[in-house]
Amino acid sequence: MANNQLALDAVFHALSDPTRRAVLQRLGRGPATVSELAEPFSMALPSFMRHVGVLEDSGLIRSRKVGRIRTCMLERRKLAAAERWFSEQRAMWASRYDNLDGLLAQMSGDDDLEP
Amino acid sequence: MNPDVLFDFDVDRENSTITVRREFAAKRQLVWDCHTQRDLLDRWFAPKPLTARTKHMDFREGGHWHFAMVTPDGQSYWSRLDYVRITPIDGYDAIDSFSDETGAANPAMPQARWSVAFTEGAPRRTLVVTNVRYGSPSDVEKVIAMGMKDGLTSTMQRLDELLAALDSSAARP
Repeated sequence: MANNQLALDAVFHALSDPTRRAVLQRLGRGPATVSELAEPFSMALPSFMRHVGVLEDSGLIRSRKVGRIRTCMLERRKLAAAERWFSEQRAMWASRYDNLDGLLAQMSGDDDLEP
Repeated sequence: MNPDVLFDFDVDRENSTITVRREFAAKRQLVWDCHTQRDLLDRWFAPKPLTARTKHMDFREGGHWHFAMVTPDGQSYWSRLDYVRITPIDGYDAIDSFSDETGAANPAMPQARWSVAFTEGAPRRTLVVTNVRYGSPSDVEKVIAMGMKDGLTSTMQRLDELLAALDSSAARP
């Protein structure tokens, strides 16, 4: 089921923007309507809706429309599993390569003694 | 880390692939040695605060590297990398498996194919591109589920501020 797959690159893209991160933080406190979410931002509604769309496409949030009011809520499970694992993988490579920088610096130092 | 140094981490979900690009201020031969010799690997391959410990290394096509990443409290996470193709000093391909102390690959867990390429664009500037490819998106999900369960996750935990904020706010009723 496509619905069960982790849209991991979409998750990264969604998290790359400060407005979208703020929206996620707000939704971490519970569901909110689009106008509640948009209120702290000085942004035209169509622009704001594009951010909501990116978050929805990533699977990090879902929304429901009743009459003219759209309510958004967080999909915490997906955020936790996918983002956590990939940020760990990234951190792991960053850390081991930092170690390698140190090792190479030592070895290059030795190497420079040779003509 | 030198902020000028290139470090890219890309996820391609459709192809179940992670690509890591990193530049090093060293000759290609040196960077190659660090990737292919057991004593050198043990000095950098585990992320902090873990340490890498090699139990077996036979760097040739058909050979394998069997090693653990060990936490400060002594817990070991075993891996096995089977070398499929080696082209000194341009690159190598290997199969990455979950393992245990005996060195056997865990058949219940997905494997990943690593393709690692080394290029020296400028003198003493070596680019390493590591491509980690799983068989399918469901393999990736399995590995994620395993990572959640086996505790390496909690040892490694470096959650960004967002996740911390989300977790603490969600903990409230």
